[in-house]
Amino acid sequence: MIAPELRRCAAANNVEELKALKEQGYNVLVDMTAVDYLGHPKPPIGERFDVIYQVMKLDAETGKDGGRVELHCGVGEEPVLRSAASLWPVADWLEREVWDMFGVGFADRPRIKRLLMYEEFQGHPLRKDYPIAKRQPLIGPDSGELPESPSFNVVRPTIKYD
Amino acid sequence: MREQKTYMLNMGPAHPAMHGVVRLVLELEGEKIVKTDVEIGYLHRAFEKHAEAETWNNVVPWTDRLNYVSPLINNAGYCMAVEKLAGIALPERGQYLRVIASEISRVTDHLTCVGASAMELGAFTAFLYMIKAREYLYQLVDQLTGARITTSYTRVGGVKADMPADFPDKCAEAFKKVREAVSDTDKLLTKNRIFMDRVDGTGAITKEEALSYGITGPFLRSTGVPYDVRRAHPYLGYDKLDFEVPVGTKGDNFDRYLCRMAEIEQSLRIVEQCFKLMPEGKHSLEPKEMKDAFEYQDQGKHGETGLLAKYKAKVDQTLQGGQRGDRPDVLVQDPIFVMPAKEDAYGSIEGLMNHFELVMWSWGIKVPAGEAYSAVEGGNGELGFHIVSSGADRPWRVRCRPPCLYIMAALPKLLNGGWVADVIPTFGSVNMIAGELDR
Repeated sequence: MIAPELRRCAAANNVEELKALKEQGYNVLVDMTAVDYLGHPKPPIGERFDVIYQVMKLDAETGKDGGRVELHCGVGEEPVLRSAASLWPVADWLEREVWDMFGVGFADRPRIKRLLMYEEFQGHPLRKDYPIAKRQPLIGPDSGELPESPSFNVVRPTIKYD
Repeated sequence: MREQKTYMLNMGPAHPAMHGVVRLVLELEGEKIVKTDVEIGYLHRAFEKHAEAETWNNVVPWTDRLNYVSPLINNAGYCMAVEKLAGIALPERGQYLRVIASEISRVTDHLTCVGASAMELGAFTAFLYMIKAREYLYQLVDQLTGARITTSYTRVGGVKADMPADFPDKCAEAFKKVREAVSDTDKLLTKNRIFMDRVDGTGAITKEEALSYGITGPFLRSTGVPYDVRRAHPYLGYDKLDFEVPVGTKGDNFDRYLCRMAEIEQSLRIVEQCFKLMPEGKHSLEPKEMKDAFEYQDQGKHGETGLLAKYKAKVDQTLQGGQRGDRPDVLVQDPIFVMPAKEDAYGSIEGLMNHFELVMWSWGIKVPAGEAYSAVEGGNGELGFHIVSSGADRPWRVRCRPPCLYIMAALPKLLNGGWVADVIPTFGSVNMIAGELDR
């Protein structure tokens, strides 16, 4: 049974804590996610969002899991966390997902791109105040205006549909 | 005027050689890939958002749609996370049934991956062999759960039905055909010059890189790291079963192909051992124990409910175990988590009250407040579920750790510096399942 050791740290120190863990031999970033505690009857933390990093000490020779740590960082709306992509490259995508779904920003990634949703999506769907049946404005050629996308996709539709 | 050296090539979202909706934007210099951008999210169905709006058991059908070639592993993985938080211990036979279901699913997953990626390299015969073999296994899954793909087999606290009485024989028959198909494919592909030229040495990744990307499953094992959740954290009694964890050496497409082929055999072995080890149980009701629904109805019109206590309603075998009192050896008998039998709900006041307590809005199953992370070995690697409960009848948050997201994040690393033609075998061996990747 997987039983990660739970630790809490201040959001501003997340990279230092993760770096210390990596130096202790926790070599795999298993998961990074967030939980929105808005409206929770008994929130375990004071802040709204709880960002969770899970790291694992994996022995590359024997394949044994030498223990896991879950690092919980409470954050509010302000981007206080810093990116862990320099420690584990996969953190790049996981941070993009956390930004996409929760709107939890990263201080050193001001122009972070969404992962699953499209650029023009309004709001952050896994926030508790995002209604499940909310509709999004129509984008693309049918809406009459061209999307202003900062992404690499510079190919704009040239055909006008009637 | 400066000459432009590179140009862009857009692969996907719908490309005949890519299985799954994903977009790769390749920057090419001639046929050499300089830069890759991976864009995902085309199959985002808001699994995690929907899970917050459903009751604990109602999330199970959503998990079928995560990795839709091995849905039973997702079912088991989600229910195990809820059971961990709620502190439920499964009956032994229920555990073995979950193992059997998971391993059959793992074989279908690997057959699809190997078959589809071989087809994309032109080996259409291998694809047909593999898909035919997969069909035999889907028929087994159909007999076990009542559905081929949207299985929803598990419940919080167990599984919804015992296996049919002739299931071990049917499995033996089907496994023989699967082994034949695998050995035929092995003869067609493993020493085939055309296949080898495409897969040997392409898409290679080192141990360290794979670990830094958090890659698990056959992809990590092909680099030589024998990490398998079934071994590292034995769940559902995997520690009692004898199986090997095949590993590769080079971490290229060919090693991944060999790892998957070897794992098919190991999974089949696990299922065969389960049939020998599992405790005896009741497969299905005898015809004399059942009555047709209309007979209850006729009696009910006269105000009689006597039949309800004596006989069970006539239903399909795959629906006979989801309620309390039907199958104590595959489902826990805790009235807080498991619905009473329908005959009990209609025939006694205690049953009726219990039934309503479980189906009423904001009553239902109550999982204690807290959070838990539980993982199973999915077809692509560690499939984790991080579950947060507020003590209500529905989850506060369900996080699915999709194993192929980590591999897709590493895809630019695998492709950059290679040729356009290598995109196809490398992407095939990733076994991207968009349902799981985009959730």
